[in-house]
Amino acid sequence: MGISNEKLQHLSWRAGFGQLTSAKEPDLQKLVRNLIRHNHTKPDAISTQESVELVQNNYTYSQIKADASLRKLIAQKNRDGIKNLNILWLKEMFTTNRPLREKMSLFWHGHFACRVQNVSHQEKLLQIIRENALGNFGDLLTAVSKSASMLAFLNNQQNKKQHANENFGREVMELFTMGRGNYTEKDVKEGSRAFTGWAFNKEGDFVFRQNVHDDGQKTFLGKTGNFDGDDILKILLEHKATAHHITEKIYRFVVNDTPDEQLIADLAEKFYHSNYHIGNLLETIFTADWFYDKKNIGARIKSPVELIVGMERKVPATFANDNALLLFQRTLGQVLFYPPNVAGWPGGKDWIDSSTLLYRMRLPQIVYASEEFNIRPKPMPEEMDNSYTSSNIHDDLQKKEFMNRAYKNKVKVTANWDAFLDKFTAISSEALPKAVADDLLVNLPQIVNTSLLEKYAVAYNHPTEIKKMAVNLMSTPEYQLC
Amino acid sequence: MSTYSRRRFVQMGSLASASFFVPKFLKAFERKAIAENKILVVLQLSGGNDGLNTVIPYNNDIYYASRPVLGIKKNDVLQMDDEQGLHPALKGLKALYDNGEMALLNGVGYPNPNRSHFRSMDIWQSASDSETVINTGWIGRYLDAQCLHADKPTLTMEIDDTLSLALKGKNNTGIAVNKPKQFYGDSHDSYFKAILQKHPVNDEHLNVDYLYKTLAESMSSADYIYQQSKIYKSNVSYPNTNIGKDLKTIAELINSHIDTKIYYVSLSGFDTHVNQHPQQQRLFTDMSDSINAFVKDLKSSNRFKDVMLMTFSEFGRRVGQNASGGTDHGTANCMFLVSGVLKKQGILNAAPDLTDLDQGDLKYQVDFKDVYATMLHNWLKTDDANILNRKNNYLNFI
Repeated sequence: MGISNEKLQHLSWRAGFGQLTSAKEPDLQKLVRNLIRHNHTKPDAISTQESVELVQNNYTYSQIKADASLRKLIAQKNRDGIKNLNILWLKEMFTTNRPLREKMSLFWHGHFACRVQNVSHQEKLLQIIRENALGNFGDLLTAVSKSASMLAFLNNQQNKKQHANENFGREVMELFTMGRGNYTEKDVKEGSRAFTGWAFNKEGDFVFRQNVHDDGQKTFLGKTGNFDGDDILKILLEHKATAHHITEKIYRFVVNDTPDEQLIADLAEKFYHSNYHIGNLLETIFTADWFYDKKNIGARIKSPVELIVGMERKVPATFANDNALLLFQRTLGQVLFYPPNVAGWPGGKDWIDSSTLLYRMRLPQIVYASEEFNIRPKPMPEEMDNSYTSSNIHDDLQKKEFMNRAYKNKVKVTANWDAFLDKFTAISSEALPKAVADDLLVNLPQIVNTSLLEKYAVAYNHPTEIKKMAVNLMSTPEYQLC
Repeated sequence: MSTYSRRRFVQMGSLASASFFVPKFLKAFERKAIAENKILVVLQLSGGNDGLNTVIPYNNDIYYASRPVLGIKKNDVLQMDDEQGLHPALKGLKALYDNGEMALLNGVGYPNPNRSHFRSMDIWQSASDSETVINTGWIGRYLDAQCLHADKPTLTMEIDDTLSLALKGKNNTGIAVNKPKQFYGDSHDSYFKAILQKHPVNDEHLNVDYLYKTLAESMSSADYIYQQSKIYKSNVSYPNTNIGKDLKTIAELINSHIDTKIYYVSLSGFDTHVNQHPQQQRLFTDMSDSINAFVKDLKSSNRFKDVMLMTFSEFGRRVGQNASGGTDHGTANCMFLVSGVLKKQGILNAAPDLTDLDQGDLKYQVDFKDVYATMLHNWLKTDDANILNRKNNYLNFI
């Protein structure tokens, strides 16, 4: 007895990016437990050259304030740094043998959506998320809320006793914990008062500024006291609405876009009583019979990042210029560290429109069959800012020309098919469509018109036949699902 | 041998000649002529265009005091009335103004303005208020309201490779097309056709069927757009720029009587923190000449009476210039409306009041959502309250 291929495929996609390295364990409970326990060691931080340099240079505020060209340099370093951070994290997802950690980090990256142009701050936030992705939600929430990135993004530096800024307080309640409908505007006001003084220093470390903190009495969700920010987070965690909100979001991410109210209520109850242990919640889900119900298998539309990572984990491709990976993210509508707004990526059907679906289906051909990449994504708002990108009109034009060239080129890439081919060399041409489809798709009943696949994969030798089969299967609507 | 060409094989394959079959649940998209075929063209100026150097209050001392270097000299201004005039590069727009084919709205914005590009653009495209995040766009919701069964996938179209939030609805999305021919080529891959043909029809609520439906729609739309795009070829000469080509594509599609009601197109580069003058000069020349050619094109086919073009930007810029020959992110801004049948032409409301600022920024006079509402209700004849989810005030230019 072992675990059926269908179950394994399903688990491998929901607990990772489609390829579990530890899938040999025949017992499902043990396999899941191992997947979660695996992650007890702290991950190494992902660090960019740019942030190292910026930390070393340690410019003072007055230096920066006095020197426009220095400001420009720092802004450029931060932008390049975030691009590199994006690529480094993506590559970690390609190769990690802890896929569940990165998968859940991707979830929290969307949950705690944050868009700031400071690479050191973003590195720290990413590390907080990766360290706590499967740990205790309260720890994660507190660390994220005290990160320079989030405090800056939600304007808490401007939240002072004399002049409140409620952005941070509101989003902590609406997005991070309880969700809308569980608190009043008065609670937002009172909660925000408690967060006054939460700030960060030049090194990006949390500081509590007593002099701007409102230490008066607050009444928050029915409790009264001289609350500070930590108290507010504690009170939010005491409310079951928080457990429910988080559970529902995780359910939608790892089980099904369409929530099942009864299941979610049960899971939330358990989550709450485990003191918000994320790993335990996932273990319960991944070992439940209902998790493997037909209606959950292949029910989710992969996010662009999941799609790219999934392809890379099947057939690793090395790009001559890693910017290609950014270009794919932009074209498909999900760029790490650039969520569309405070609520993160909506996901589900929102990933799909006429153009993104066609690009998704052409992507395997662009990467593995050198088809031309003729798409130009929109510039990102951060790139429009000409105070950083160009000092004059000529720079601007040159940049545009460069972009034109880059987008019209074929993407230079080397694919390593060895491991993939090894799995199928012994399989006859007749059995190939079914075998490759088994390996690449999770929702078999839907697909596989074997005669069609055969027709489109006719080749002069077996390896080429396998490759064609694989690329054609990746170029299907079914492959967009997991 | 790590790569190969699938296309090469496909040319020899027997399926290459298979007829294009659309699954039953899609039916053929019916392309009925629309009785009152009013068309809206939205031109997005990305980056935050400096409204005060677009429409210049050339008799205002505060303007010149705030912009000792950047202020446009009175003699260079293309005067509209004795208060306001256009940037010297906007000659084409000035001609439209003189003909009664252009209207100007001053001070368009929204309460609690956000000065971040991406957030403010989100607010304009989703038509949300400043505190709420909405994941659909106003044109997408128009599409939702028009076609419950996605029977008109080309009703709204963006001229670009990728689709903006503005055109994403809850159940329907607009279509993004940069060049009709390229879009046709990319979508009419014979393998894609073949898998679409072989796809078994199932429950429409499953994601897999949603994907096939989208695929079928894309192919059908690409086919329709490409065929239509061949019907009418413009004789008018447009600037050889992106926006020139985009507006030409739109004019050709309008003149070929395609069923598209809203076109969306953008021009970027307006984020002029540094060295603003030459940039705005270049962008305005491009924009103004392109719009002028577009109008000429539509007039030659007698369609200008059916078309309304509207410009917007995510925010205006601060009243005072900065130290780098540019301007920083501000708030309220002007919008241009161009059409052959404007009920009110010229300057529609008062110039921005430079004596009444909010921390150095203009206060808005008109909520942009009322402009959208006017377009939806008075021009496209649809239920705006439902789409914008609020009670609106209509403006009187239509």
